Formats: sequence, C-alpha cells, structure tokens
Amino acid sequence: MPDLFETFLTSPLGKALAPKVGLPQPVTLRRGRVLPSGGIALASLPGAGLAAEALRLLEIVPVPAVRDDPEARVPDAEGRPKPPRYEERIGALVIDASTLTRIDELEHLRAWLRPAVRGVQPSGRIVLVAPEPESADGVEKRAVFHAVDGLNRSLGKELRHGVTTNLVYVAPGVTAAALTSTLLFLLEGRSAFVDGQSWRVGPADVAATSARALAGLVVVVTGAARGIGARIAEVAARDGAHVVAVDVPQAGEGLAEVANTLRGSALQLDITAPDAAARIAAHVAQTLPGRRLHAIVHNAGITRDKLLANMDESRWAAVLEVNLAAQVRINDALLDAALPGGLADGGRIVGVSSTSGIAGNRGQTNYGASKAGVVGVVRYLAPRLADRGITVNAVAPGFIETDMTAAIPPVSREIFRRTNSLQQGGQPVDVAETIGYFLDPASAGVTGQVIRVCGQNLVGA
Amino acid sequence: MSDRTAVIVGGNRTPFAKIGGPYAHASSRDLLIAAIDGLVARFGLAGETVGEVAAGAVLRHTRDFNLTREAVLGSALAPETPAVDLAQACATGFETVTYVANKIRAGQVDVGIAGGVDSASDAPMAANEGLRRALLRLNAARTLQDRLLALTALRPGHVVPEAPVVREPRTGLSMGEHQAVTTKAWRITREAQDELAAASHHNLAATWASGFFDDLVTAYLGLATDGLLRADTSTQKLAKLPPVFGDGPEATMTAGNSTALTDGAAVVLVAEEGYARRRNWPVLARIVDVEVAAVDFVSGAEGLLMAPAYAVPKLLDRQGLGLGDLTYVEIHEAFAATVLSILAAWSDDEFCRTRLGREGAYGTVDRDRLNVTGSSLATGHPFAATGARIAATLAKLLHRSGPGSRGLLSICAAGGQGVAAVLEGM
Repeated sequence: MPDLFETFLTSPLGKALAPKVGLPQPVTLRRGRVLPSGGIALASLPGAGLAAEALRLLEIVPVPAVRDDPEARVPDAEGRPKPPRYEERIGALVIDASTLTRIDELEHLRAWLRPAVRGVQPSGRIVLVAPEPESADGVEKRAVFHAVDGLNRSLGKELRHGVTTNLVYVAPGVTAAALTSTLLFLLEGRSAFVDGQSWRVGPADVAATSARALAGLVVVVTGAARGIGARIAEVAARDGAHVVAVDVPQAGEGLAEVANTLRGSALQLDITAPDAAARIAAHVAQTLPGRRLHAIVHNAGITRDKLLANMDESRWAAVLEVNLAAQVRINDALLDAALPGGLADGGRIVGVSSTSGIAGNRGQTNYGASKAGVVGVVRYLAPRLADRGITVNAVAPGFIETDMTAAIPPVSREIFRRTNSLQQGGQPVDVAETIGYFLDPASAGVTGQVIRVCGQNLVGA
Repeated sequence: MSDRTAVIVGGNRTPFAKIGGPYAHASSRDLLIAAIDGLVARFGLAGETVGEVAAGAVLRHTRDFNLTREAVLGSALAPETPAVDLAQACATGFETVTYVANKIRAGQVDVGIAGGVDSASDAPMAANEGLRRALLRLNAARTLQDRLLALTALRPGHVVPEAPVVREPRTGLSMGEHQAVTTKAWRITREAQDELAAASHHNLAATWASGFFDDLVTAYLGLATDGLLRADTSTQKLAKLPPVFGDGPEATMTAGNSTALTDGAAVVLVAEEGYARRRNWPVLARIVDVEVAAVDFVSGAEGLLMAPAYAVPKLLDRQGLGLGDLTYVEIHEAFAATVLSILAAWSDDEFCRTRLGREGAYGTVDRDRLNVTGSSLATGHPFAATGARIAATLAKLLHRSGPGSRGLLSICAAGGQGVAAVLEGM
C-alpha cells in the first residue's frame, strides 16, 4: 500500500514538483522470482569463466557488455566525446572479476560500469564477482579485493530507479553450481531491497538452484503468525517446503490461518519455554514421520524500547530472552544428531539480526544487544557446523514496513524510511526472500554471513 | 469385539467466552470452523479428506440445518470430507465422539473429527407465537379483504421475539430450577458449592499458567484464554453473590456456582490406533466404553440432571472397575450442586440400594482426582462443545499419567439424560 508521501509523488503536482526540489523519487521495485525483462549483460576479466558457467547452468543467455574505452567514444553535436551506449536497456550487468589481481585491472570495471549506469532498466541489477579478501596472497591483491567493496558501496549510492549493486566474494574452489543460487537471487526480484552489500560464497558440492528448491523439506519459522514471519513461511512454502509455523498461543488464530493456507502445520509455543526445542522436534517427527528438520528460522522477536536511563530489568531480560537466549538454547538442542525431528546434516540455521544491532539505535540498547548477539551466534556456529554441512546465516533488516515500524512517530518514520539508496522502506517479503535464499540447498557455500536487507541504509555501513 | 481400537489423538477448542462477549457477532458456524481449523493446523491436515466430521449444537437456527457440513466447507479440510449433525443436548459433544469411535471400531473410517459448538449469542430468537399465527394466516389469505383482516390481528406485543431459555418443555422449569429441587433434596450446602466453584477457577487458572492448553486451544477473535475464568475468586467472594435459583432462605445456587451462558466450540481428533501410529500421531487415550442413561424427571421420581449417577456405576461395572481405579474423574459442572448431588447419591446407602440395586453405598471420589484442570464453572459451558472439551483434556491428562491409567467423564443433559465414558491412557 502506498504511503502518503508516495501518493503525493504520483499526483500531478508531486510529479511536477518533486524533481525540482530534490525530493526522493522511489520506484515500485521488481519483486518475486522474476528476472529483469531486459538482457543480462556479462563482462568477464581475462581468464574468468565462473559467472559465464553459472549463467549457463541457469539457462540464461547473456548479451554482450558495452565498454567505455576512449577509442569507442564518439563526439556529440558539440564535439564532446560521449561513451558508447546500450542500444536497448539491459536488465543487469554481471561483472566476473574472479581473476582480479592488480589495482590497474579495476579500470576494466570502470569501463564496463560507466555505460551500464544509464543503460540499465529500472529495478535492474549490477552484480560484481570478485575473489574473497582472505584468499589474497599479496598486499596488492588484498588491497584490490577490498577496493571492489568500496566501489560497490559508492556505486550503490549513485544508482537510481530501484537499480541495485551487490558484490559476491568467491572463495577459492567455488564451482559455478555453488554460485547459481546467489546469482539467481541477485538477478531476480527476490533481492529487491538488498543493495550495496557484499558477502562470501564458499566452495560446496551442490547441484544448481531451482525454483522448487525446498520441495520435500521441513522448515520451522518462529514468529510466523503475521508480518515478516508469515512472509517467510509463504516464501518457504512457495519454494516447496513443508512449513511448521511457530508462534505464541496468543497469536494462535493467525498462526492457524498461515499454516492452513500454506498446507503446513502450526505449533503454539513460547520459544522461551525450557522444552521449546523438544516440542519443535516432536512436532516435526509427528507431523512428518521419519523426517528431520531442514531449517529453523529464528524470526520471533520483540521490542521493549526505553532509553537506558529508564530501562528496568524486566524490559532488558524479556528482549534478550526472546531475541537471543531462546534461539541459542533451541539451536543447541536441535543440533543433537540423535534427536528425532532435530536438524538434519546439510540443514540451515537462520537468524534475524537488525541494523539496530549493527549500527545501534537510540532507545534500543536491549534490542541492539540482542540483535548484535545474533551476529555472534552466526560467527561462532558457522565454522563449527561446516563439517555437518549445516549453514548458519542471518539477515539484518533495515526499515521494513511492518506494524512495528508503523508505531514509530511520523517524522522519524519518514526519515528512517527515506534515508537509503532506494529511498523507500522495504517490504516484509524482502526479508523473507533473503532468508529463502539461505534455505536453498544450493546455497550450501553461503555460511557465516549476515546480509543486510536495508536498501543500503545510510547508517551502519 | 472388534480388534480395531479408537483413540483420541488430540483436540482443539476456541477459548470459551461469556454470552455477548468477544464472540457476540460470531455465528455457531464461525465458531465451529475456528475450532476445526485450529485442529487442522495443529496436525497439518489442510487439504486432507478425513473420514467424517461429526458435530452438533443445542441452540440452532433453521439456517443451520446442515451446520457441520457447512463448517467443513468453510474450513481448511478438503471439501470431499463428509459431515453429520448429531444432537443429544449437552451430551452432544461426547455423543459425537462415541459416534466416530464406533465407526472406527466398525472399520468404516480410520479417522474422524468429533465435537460441538454453541453460541448463546447466536441463539435464534423465535417469532412470538401470536405473530407467527398472524403471519401464517396472512400468508394463507387469498383476497385483499382476508389479508387486511389478518393484519388487524397484529398487536404491538407481537414484535417482541421470544428469547431462548433453557427450559424443559414437559415441566416448564428451567434447568436451574430443576437442579434447585435436587440440591435441596440432597442437602447440598452453599459453602460446598462455592468451594467447588472456587476450586474450578483455581484449577483452570493453574492449568492455563502451566501451558497445558498450548496444544488444546487456539485463540479466536482476540480472545486467548477463557473469558469466564476468574483466577482471583475465592469462597469469600463467591459467598457474597445472591441466590438465583430456589426459594427462600434455603436457596443456595448463585451465578457463581452455576454455569453461565457461553459461546465456544471444541473438537477432538479420533483415529484408529494403527492408523494413528503409522502417521506418528500422539496416541493419547483409547475410548474404552460409553454408557448413556436417562431418568424419569417428569414425574419427579428423579432429578433432571441425575442420570450420570446411574450411567457411571453401570459403565464401571461392565468394565470391572470401581471409582477407586480411576486416576482422573471429570464430572461436568452444569452446576456445582449437580456434581455434589451425584457424589452425595453415590455415598448414600439408601439411594444405592433402592435406585442402583447395590448392596450399599457405591463409593466416593477423591477430590484430588476430580476436575483437576477446572471444569465448566470456570471454563464456561457452550452446551454441545463441553463433551469434546472434556474428552481432549482427559485424554491428555491420561497420556501424561501413562499407559493403563483410567479416566471417567460424565455429562448431564437436558431431558433427564446423561453420558458417561471410560478412557484409558496410552
């Protein structure tokens, strides 16, 4: 539903006035499992073939990328050299820089990116693929690998009309198949509100991604009765999962509706109960005999905002218990390989952090602590569960249009909503889609990552 | 005897609400759909066809002639799921369980849903008899003159509809008035009734706090716990209420120790044991045996709500059991005095000799085993829903006690009837 500001902008007066006074002009973002309508341009550094092979596995036939080399420029009417242009607007530009080694090679990236900035259609994509910095065996390599991150983040702030840019760092040994889930997620509308981000894809022995990636798998989503949790459940079900929707008994009516609509099942449960994990596992074993859990998504969360000067122990404890301690206990119990209905090897643990936990937020010391704690869970568990093929990741939503953010006073809300590169709030489904990407069995190489779903919010990096 | 065993797998109900409360605008069908959908969600049955859904309602509109089938069509179950309406007044909610269990034992279905619903808020208002006759005459009139004549028969008083009352057609007495006679006959004191009522509230409050109902109740229309529950009530507070049934200084029955008019729905999932185990469903308790008794209350020979006093001994004798063999006893609290009158009768030598044909007193029920999670005084009593509420709760209690533990439930009903059943923990 459009907010008041967007209603104004789409009115005749707003349309005339907004560009003149420099008001943000958000566009309706492309969402869902939808590729851009324009072509996917591919540019690869000499020797780089990873992205080309991944696109081939995805059955995407790329179009040639236009380069801004000095000799390719043609003078305009006034004799100024103009860079070459795309004949037709492209839907995305993928630059495979996985063989990058020297600083001067960044010129290739500039040359490919310059025509794309104006040549990419609204809600189009820039995807950069570069070697992960930790793999560098020399100072120049490490420097240039990092340099791509700065390029990506700065470019994100220049792109308009819902175009996003993101950087995929690939570890040595990554196969094209292991890259497919990430590449498809970035190209499709699923990544609409992920912008200016970079994360790592490691090696994994997987087949290429598919639209029904979760078919036959069981996914537990906590806090699933409404809002972001309900969207996570929907996305997982769309991708084929049997969803076990978990929420507190007070939210039971909405929970039952979500579960029944998705042909999943509902489990009424306070996740802070000592036997919460046992009941989740028992429910999985009962509803789907003989099956283990593919994934648990720890979405349930609460806020009890107060300035620290006014913060009592009950507000403090409630937030830390629900948002952090409960999931630590539940993970621990579900990781017991002998527990029927526990987490399967090759499974997924997904946390929900927040930009409040990364950048901090006034009035949210308890919430910020809990959400930064989620990052700690990811960092600790990911390497330790790698041998079981279990990935551990988190999303960190920025301003998402939910009941929670609707309660923010109007002026502050408007500021939070607009101060990102996409000049609008994200939708709950944007968070859900990023989680769905983590859940994909083809995303086995993605672990230990915290992906911000914030439209490249100006605060918090 | 069939080698097929019918077991209770789980249950679901809406929280029960006082008449005119949060469910004031929900129809009986809405409530039944909510109860079914909560159960469907709990067991992941959306889109599935189950063998049969049996339910009923005591108060019902003519438009609800196919209530259960309509509820199934409005639910998340597959539309190919058959349904049946049954009625046995307040025993409906367990008679449906009996019906499904018997079909399972007979091999006709493997799984079914049984329950009931009642909405005192959605009760039909009958057209007042004078209006009804005038309108029928108007309808039959053929000439303008006849029509005008028919219209002149209308009186202002005719527009007042007849509100529903729980009144016995053959005696003209309400249920409370009937019970007041029984209460007096068995000399049940006000204090004993208030004590039972307070215990019902305290037991129910503790059960809610323990999370016991997490997998038995699904919130509905913003109500997440039973609306009639008063966790902070006490015998002192209850003692202050004025009597509402009975006459003079001996009147002891108050709004506090009588059930209130209630809106709500409850269902249980019943399955053949092997089928349930193949699906890895929790096998809570098996339905061992059921007995329905009826008494002659019209002549005054027996109290209206005393049928369970007859049904239970007959049932337990048939199973070779005594009151002492039961881990839990659920006696529906239509009124606190109903429970106490039944217990008093079983302790009375003369009653047991002359009415039950026994050698002496039948026995006593340990209060620690009676209605341990609270009963209808605290939970409320949407008539046809109560049987399914008790069945699911008792099955879960027995499952916790372990295999072989036995529980008894009894429910009195209008028309001088009463149902009793034995469940056994699995």
